[in-house]
Amino acid sequence: MANATINPTRMELTRLKGRLKTAVRGHKLLKDKRDELMKQFLEVVRRNKELRASVEKGLEQSNTAFAVASAVLLPEMLEQALLYPKQSVALEVGSRNIMSVMVPTYQFQTRSANAAEIYPYGFAQTSGELDTAVEGLGKVFEDMLELAQVEKTMQLLAQDIEKTRRRVNALEYVMIPDLKKNIRYISMKLEENERGNTTRLMKVKDMMLQQAHDFRPPAQ
Amino acid sequence: MSKIAVLGERESVLMFRALGLETVFAESRETAVKELHRLAREDTSIIYVTEDLAQQMLGEIAKYKESISPAVILIPGKGGKLGIAQEQLRSAVERAVGADIS
Repeated sequence: MANATINPTRMELTRLKGRLKTAVRGHKLLKDKRDELMKQFLEVVRRNKELRASVEKGLEQSNTAFAVASAVLLPEMLEQALLYPKQSVALEVGSRNIMSVMVPTYQFQTRSANAAEIYPYGFAQTSGELDTAVEGLGKVFEDMLELAQVEKTMQLLAQDIEKTRRRVNALEYVMIPDLKKNIRYISMKLEENERGNTTRLMKVKDMMLQQAHDFRPPAQ
Repeated sequence: MSKIAVLGERESVLMFRALGLETVFAESRETAVKELHRLAREDTSIIYVTEDLAQQMLGEIAKYKESISPAVILIPGKGGKLGIAQEQLRSAVERAVGADIS
């Protein structure tokens, strides 16, 4: 804000004071929001790390087992074994509000709760490695879903924290100092005008007295 | 009810069929990008993408980072984990906190 553009008037001064008050209050609120978001965020990040580690470990085991299975079995057999899944997952997506950031929540319902029922094939024509892969996958699946939720939450929070942080900084280092500077400028200007006015009046009074009866102020 | 999909190379993704997830095969970048956008349009809530495929289209995946749905989640593919997901987590923390704290 350039000083040249503001009018040094009382109205402008009142307006700027009001804006400063709002800015200070907004700054405080945003700062609180940022701190709380940060607290939540760090928790989410910690959980995210745990889940990612366990999911990656589980999936790698399944992958290895599956690679062996696909080496042992004919591709057609493998395809056929997995063609029609027995298990199915119904996903319910909700949303949760963390400091006015909407994050998704996932709730899922598997068709059969029995862990032994996830094999969509008979055991006669497939190898044991495939069973290992599918079993491992079934175990890690719950973590995979939670990972999705936590990771998405993490991304959305990170983005909002960045936004809030920028706002806090803009208020703290640009808006508020500028407003203060302008308020100071106006009040100085007004005081200066006031002093100018007083001296002028004193001068006029002297002149009028002199005109009336040749009065001279006592020499100072 | 919304869908969960797994996008990746055939060998990495086939086993997810046993869980009843929608599996989408993509061997090249072009098909992967196309399928990713198709899944997002069709209201898929969670899309798991193998890291091998994801590293070729990080820009496309980043587009979905800011919206609430879909959640694009990287998983290790047949090539084992590449650490892209961890790298992304780290950079998100850095972005939010303004410094690398992990």
